[in-house]
Amino acid sequence: MKDSKRSSRRQLLQMGAAVGGGLLAKHEQASAAENKPGQLGIPLGPYGERSPFEKAVRWRRDTKTPETGSSFTPLQDSVGTLTPSSLHYERHHAGIPTIDPAQHRLVIHGMVNRPLSITVAEIRHLPSVTKTLVLECGGNSGSEWAAKNGPDVQRSFGLVSCSEWTGVPLRLLLEEAGVQPGASWVIAEGADACRMERSIPIAKAMDNILVAYGQNGEALRPAQGYPLRLLIPGWEGNANVKWLRSLKLTDQAYMARDETAKYTDLMPDGKARIFTYQMEAKSIITFPSGGQTLPGPNLYELTGLAWSGRGRIERVDITTDGGRSWVKAQLQEPRLPIAFTRFRLPWRFDGREAVIASRAVDESGYVQPTREALIAARGLNSAYHFNGIKFWKVQTDGTVTNVEA
Amino acid sequence: MWKLSVVVLAGAATLLAQTYGIGRPATPEQIRDLGAAIAPDGTGLPEGSGTVAAGREVFAARCSKCHGEKAEGAVGPALVGGQGTLATAKPVKTVGSFWPYSTTVWDYVNRAMPFDQPGLLKPPEIYAVVAYILNLNGIIGSDQVMDAKSLPKVKMPNRDGFVADPRPDVGNNVGNNVGNNVGNNVGNNVGKKAKR
Repeated sequence: MKDSKRSSRRQLLQMGAAVGGGLLAKHEQASAAENKPGQLGIPLGPYGERSPFEKAVRWRRDTKTPETGSSFTPLQDSVGTLTPSSLHYERHHAGIPTIDPAQHRLVIHGMVNRPLSITVAEIRHLPSVTKTLVLECGGNSGSEWAAKNGPDVQRSFGLVSCSEWTGVPLRLLLEEAGVQPGASWVIAEGADACRMERSIPIAKAMDNILVAYGQNGEALRPAQGYPLRLLIPGWEGNANVKWLRSLKLTDQAYMARDETAKYTDLMPDGKARIFTYQMEAKSIITFPSGGQTLPGPNLYELTGLAWSGRGRIERVDITTDGGRSWVKAQLQEPRLPIAFTRFRLPWRFDGREAVIASRAVDESGYVQPTREALIAARGLNSAYHFNGIKFWKVQTDGTVTNVEA
Repeated sequence: MWKLSVVVLAGAATLLAQTYGIGRPATPEQIRDLGAAIAPDGTGLPEGSGTVAAGREVFAARCSKCHGEKAEGAVGPALVGGQGTLATAKPVKTVGSFWPYSTTVWDYVNRAMPFDQPGLLKPPEIYAVVAYILNLNGIIGSDQVMDAKSLPKVKMPNRDGFVADPRPDVGNNVGNNVGNNVGNNVGNNVGKKAKR
């Protein structure tokens, strides 16, 4: 290194460039001071970081067992229709495993003609498919069953994200192994510490499931199942087994803990709905939304996200008078099936209290229901699959809260 | 005879047909090392057996720290109680009140418990601790022994408590005309306001 009297900052930068991305990234994050005119910016780096001025992060509850739980996507800070991989919601049951793709194998066994052990490299060389798909936890918005007091979008609707996924059709892999007659279920298992397990009907497995290795133009993040995961269009997140290592073809569902004790929907008569994989149409206004403040009366663009596990979003209605009247929002094209559709509507805040909400309609004709309609049909104990209309209250001073505040 | 040979040939063709030729034959050891997924009929359960008394010891040593001394729940969820509460305002979902299959308890303990050391327990310890939890819930007697034959025969109290998914059960009954009418009237006005 050249002996000079340059500032320690410059030396740090040179060291960073010499050592590599890790140190550079740390430094980049630390130097939140704005450039002065005539001052050189930081050097080019091997792997990008966002601006140190950007602060949006996932949120999770404090817990004694941080390896299990959920982290929520800051949808209120998102723009466009994709979720950055680094902000994709997480739901893990036994921590995020570190897996060397060179050692990892996907084994297909059970009722197949040829039990196969397949490498990640082999899978990456097969004909691939790329799809933009929303992924939503079956328990997203679960707190909304009990009360309408979710304080912001993130904590009430944040267990949903949208990525571009790349992988191979599961069907292709199953056909390589040769599915035997009578095989009616696929038991998928992950390589996390608890070996997460779900049963998937063969019809869906042969339809449109992906074994994904790519997300938003690069490999899956470890938190999203690196190196392989299932991606099941329109089905609850839990069934999209991450760190996929085993597919067992069987003639029966295995009644795993996460499809019996959990992810079943308890009805008022004490019976629980089982195999409730399907996610339904849903939407949320992200601006203005709980926790935000409008600076004053003005013309604003009201915006948010709509999606459905059943296909494209056909229409989004907006109310600014608590549900008495509705207007159609503009929808961002292209509207992809089972993906975030951003909606927008110019709206003038005149300083009077306004209760606002969005209502999605999908291509099957399904209309996002009210919370009251959901409760009338399912009671208060079903825990999962809440997709009710979410109202925000814009107060006279411009602060935005839930409707019970 | 002719038909039969066609069937045989077709079968052989299916066996050979691999479009991309990927993978190596998975070995029996490899499949075994994946860990046995346990079916509700008991398929996959290994050899070994466990008593309620032995299970009490395993539970005290490995489980009570999180689930409480009597499985009443602590950091981890309660594993006992709740029978008769599912149709009430405060349902308590436990192994005893909610889980439909005893095999699921074995499968889950085997793959995921104890939380901080999944895979720690050997099959006889798992049979034992499952026996203990079932006994605490009044589902089996204190002298019953759990093994690959007896465990799948245990009928859980909520075995018939699950129904198929009937959705869409709501969401199809809002008239299209609401959004459209209002959209045509008000939407245009709002649109004009947007022009600055």
